[in-house]
Amino acid sequence: MPAAGPLGQARPGERRRLRMVVRGAVQGVGFRPFVHRTANALGLAGWVRNTAAGVAIEAEGPADRLSVLVDTVLHRSPAPASIDGVDLDETEPVGGSGFAIRDSETGGAHVARVLPDLATCNDCLRELFDPADRRHRYPFVNCTRCGPRYSIVEAVPYDRSRTSMHRFAMCPACQREYDDPADRRFHAEPNACPGCGPRLDLWSPDGTSLARDDDALQAAAAAIRAGKIVAVKGIGGFHLLVDARDEAAVRRLRAAKARPSKPFAMMFPTLATVREACRPEVEEERLLGDPARPIVLIRRAAQSGLARSVAPDNPRLGALLPYAPLHHLLMHDLGFPVVATSGNRGDEPIATDEHDALRRLAGIAELFLVHDRPIVRPVDDSVVQVMCGRPQVLRRARGLAPNPVVHGGLPDGILAFGAHLKATVALTVGGNLVASQHLGDLETGPARDAYRQALDDVARLHEARPRLAVRDAHPDYASSRAAEEAGVPVVAVQHHVAHVAACMAEHGLAPPVLGVAWDGTGYGPDGTVWGGEFIRITEAGWQRVAHLRPFRLPGGEAAAREPRRSALGLLAEVYGRGAFGMTRLAAVAAFAPAEREVLRNALARGLNAPWTTSAGRLFDGFAALCGLVQRASYEGEAASALEWAAEGSRTGRSYDMPVVERGTAPLVVDWGPAVVAALADRADGMPPAAVSEALHNGLARAIVAVAVRLEAQRIVLTGGCFQNRCLTEATVAGLRTANRQVFWHGRVPPNDGGIAVGQAAWAAWRPRKEA
Amino acid sequence: MAHGGGGRAMARLLDTVIRPAFDDAELDRRHDGAVVEVGGPAAFTTDSYVVRPLFFPGGDIGTLAVYGTVNDLAMCGARPLYLSVGLILEEGLPLDTLRRAVASMRDAARAAGVRLVTGDTKVVDRGKADGLFVNTAGIGRVVAPAPVGPAAVRSGDAVILSGDIGRHGMAVMAARENLGFETVIESDCAPVAAPVLTLLEAGVAVHCLRDLTRGGLASAAVEIAETAGLALAFDEAAVPVRDDVAAACELLGLDPLHVANEGRFLAIVDPADVDRAVAILRDHPVSAGAVAIGEVRDGPAGRVTCRGPLGVDRVVDMLSGEQLPRIC
Ligand SMILES: [Fe+3]
Ligand SMILES: [Mg+2]
Ligand SMILES: [Zn+2]
Ligand SMILES: [Zn+2]
Repeated sequence: MPAAGPLGQARPGERRRLRMVVRGAVQGVGFRPFVHRTANALGLAGWVRNTAAGVAIEAEGPADRLSVLVDTVLHRSPAPASIDGVDLDETEPVGGSGFAIRDSETGGAHVARVLPDLATCNDCLRELFDPADRRHRYPFVNCTRCGPRYSIVEAVPYDRSRTSMHRFAMCPACQREYDDPADRRFHAEPNACPGCGPRLDLWSPDGTSLARDDDALQAAAAAIRAGKIVAVKGIGGFHLLVDARDEAAVRRLRAAKARPSKPFAMMFPTLATVREACRPEVEEERLLGDPARPIVLIRRAAQSGLARSVAPDNPRLGALLPYAPLHHLLMHDLGFPVVATSGNRGDEPIATDEHDALRRLAGIAELFLVHDRPIVRPVDDSVVQVMCGRPQVLRRARGLAPNPVVHGGLPDGILAFGAHLKATVALTVGGNLVASQHLGDLETGPARDAYRQALDDVARLHEARPRLAVRDAHPDYASSRAAEEAGVPVVAVQHHVAHVAACMAEHGLAPPVLGVAWDGTGYGPDGTVWGGEFIRITEAGWQRVAHLRPFRLPGGEAAAREPRRSALGLLAEVYGRGAFGMTRLAAVAAFAPAEREVLRNALARGLNAPWTTSAGRLFDGFAALCGLVQRASYEGEAASALEWAAEGSRTGRSYDMPVVERGTAPLVVDWGPAVVAALADRADGMPPAAVSEALHNGLARAIVAVAVRLEAQRIVLTGGCFQNRCLTEATVAGLRTANRQVFWHGRVPPNDGGIAVGQAAWAAWRPRKEA
Repeated sequence: MAHGGGGRAMARLLDTVIRPAFDDAELDRRHDGAVVEVGGPAAFTTDSYVVRPLFFPGGDIGTLAVYGTVNDLAMCGARPLYLSVGLILEEGLPLDTLRRAVASMRDAARAAGVRLVTGDTKVVDRGKADGLFVNTAGIGRVVAPAPVGPAAVRSGDAVILSGDIGRHGMAVMAARENLGFETVIESDCAPVAAPVLTLLEAGVAVHCLRDLTRGGLASAAVEIAETAGLALAFDEAAVPVRDDVAAACELLGLDPLHVANEGRFLAIVDPADVDRAVAILRDHPVSAGAVAIGEVRDGPAGRVTCRGPLGVDRVVDMLSGEQLPRIC
């Protein structure tokens, strides 16, 4: 951020005139009224207006007051605003008095950003609960500092006629607010009131209207209180809500969603009620209150008062606070936490349209609390956790997308197509790198639809014309196919290289860097499944410099669902055919004798048993060997179980993981001795927690050993495995002890949700290096 | 066996092994080609057959080579009439193996009601072929009153599957890899011309026919949807998969939708005719398990979805065949 340079040599009282252009998310956030108020309070003359580039300001007055204006603009702008950069210069004073908001200047390239959806601000909340206010209990109250944005934008530039609010004509009172530069609702595009805006409706599962407006809300609250499952249309889609204290109700929701154990997120009425169920750290509390209002993963309290089925055997809870006025009203009336899970089936994207929801949530929701403000695109709740004291986004969606994740310096027109799971798309525009919201796994029809829409959106909303498509190297990712059909030149980026590039881009790192990219699966150019990779990035490109010892995955993709298969693969690599007879191990006994015979043959012949270096599958295998999970009902279940087990252990033990060197081939981290040691420990009656701790510590030490052997100074930790706090914290600590610089993910997800960002960053960097 | 380069040895091979097996007047004439009567628009197709092992439960390379081409003709809405056979033998192939394969070709041709009217045999050096390769070409008379193919497919059409899927691919794999399954899975290898012809003769509005060979039901459905520029949706629960096949696929991590069949096809018919079509198909032993599994819809071209037990519409893709996991 530039300092107030032009005024540097000014004498305090000297009259000067300053020109300022502020770039970034500065339109539709009350920025002009804020500048107007500030300048008036300082007694400055001049004007402010929106331009294609952002906000332009000219202010004239005593130099010391101008400095205050600049400082205030830079550092005290209203919450939703985000400043990418400021240009400052001085011009001749022209005299005059009074400070004006001028009409927008049109023309020029449109670079002002589309904003994310923002949680209800305190001013709007006060009105919401003030019986004297005309918006008392009006569930769609908003202003320039809060409310829906990205979820209602149909086109740019952002104004009401190009949002899904265009169907609501403002009443005279709302229009006056909208037109008044001094008002908080000056150009608040979704501005509305009970007299002119969207309305609530409560529907039965067949779509019959049962109640409207506040009656609908109160009836929905009553139904939740009575243990019913209610679908609620919010900002970016539907939630399914159920009383989180009611075990029977939560179980009914699990049965209806066919989701036996994957943790549910919960919405709490207040921070105080979060503290009753969880043990939030300071940073976690800050995140709960962030205008993005993400789901925050927080350690649960011993006595949470919540139904066991909310997050079975899970030491952490996904908590979030109300973010739409509708939620505030509902949670205020209820006064207790509710399960707030996405309104979808399986891993489909959330339902956004009330008629579609009736169909898609049939048999799950018993009531539908809907409204008539259309949601233009599905925007799920974001998910964050605190990693080594800093926020780490695990799912980047509502409140965060479509903000840029990298600011400045990038060539425009690179469109990245992302991975296959946790799909996102990313685009370079205006020098920035913008990324779409989380779009889900490209396994289902609705996800492919959302993905197609996001591809269209990202170019249209940023008025960009993609000139280069970037895809994963996997030929069968749906995203790879989409890239090939884009009609522009295509480059493929290896999956783990993209992971590393994502982390480098987020931290603005230039080569040389050692990337530790550990995840479940990525397409290896050698035809094997990669996933425990050490990738060195130099000015010349990338090189796989080390990897985990390979093993075979019996059943390929099926191994992702059945950790026992990974265990079998690990054992077969270490013990050969004898592995199939180790029936005292739960992972082996989990197969019938006839199944073991077939799998032994399949493994020996390499039939659908690809070689892999996957760290994710290694964790799965250990989870199965520890008897924790043989079949997973959701992604990451086994690895999470192992991580949680390790968190409870403080033995300080570590399994030996030799780093094997063979000529010029990549180094190999050999987990074989760890398998042998773990089996011996288990046979000695050592609990899974201690085995898991020794595994985590061993892997962390192996990473340090590789970094030291390769003389790497800067190391990035990326890939889904580095969502694991035990692994990440142990690795970070070890690398720091070895005097290395270490970086991990913050605003870009470490999982495949970050792949698109990495692809775009890599493609932006490579062509310039190659040119 | 050492019969390369033509000459007496080859002639003896043809006389002693191949001609007696085929037992067809046209072939007996020892002429350069066959002269046949088609009597109207003809369908003409060819395919080459390579399979390991040559013999597997429920069939062998001979039945495969005859039924494969017969079925391709049937999928054109044609009555299969004549087949040619080209044999490429690897030097050292046991004569008995050849005899068995040729005999099953003869039997298969009889079962399918086609005549083997011309042929060719080549012997190549050891290592230049994998035992025995067979090429067949076939000619049939088109009986469908309107063109049958993806271009005729309309939104709303019914999708009928002729029976349980996955048996052929699993039978061959189990035999080749000696996997040690407890039960023997038999290939579904069979001629499907008869039920198809009955459909057409009964006036069922058949818009498209596609056999589910390599790439299985998934590839066939995606190909049709892509060419038709429409979407296709079906119900997973409606697709019959025998328990042993399902269990074998599950264990090996394979998806029955992608496993090859040799006696199964999709019939896409006018929705008004669906019940009648299913009833007709069920009258024939080779399609006794016929079921309506879904429908053609407006939607992204080539989008095939399969509704699973949770009500989730999974997208069925045609895969590149590398079989590398997409799921993390
Ligand atoms: Fe990944
Ligand atoms: Mg064929
Ligand atoms: Zn507000
Ligand atoms: Zn109003």
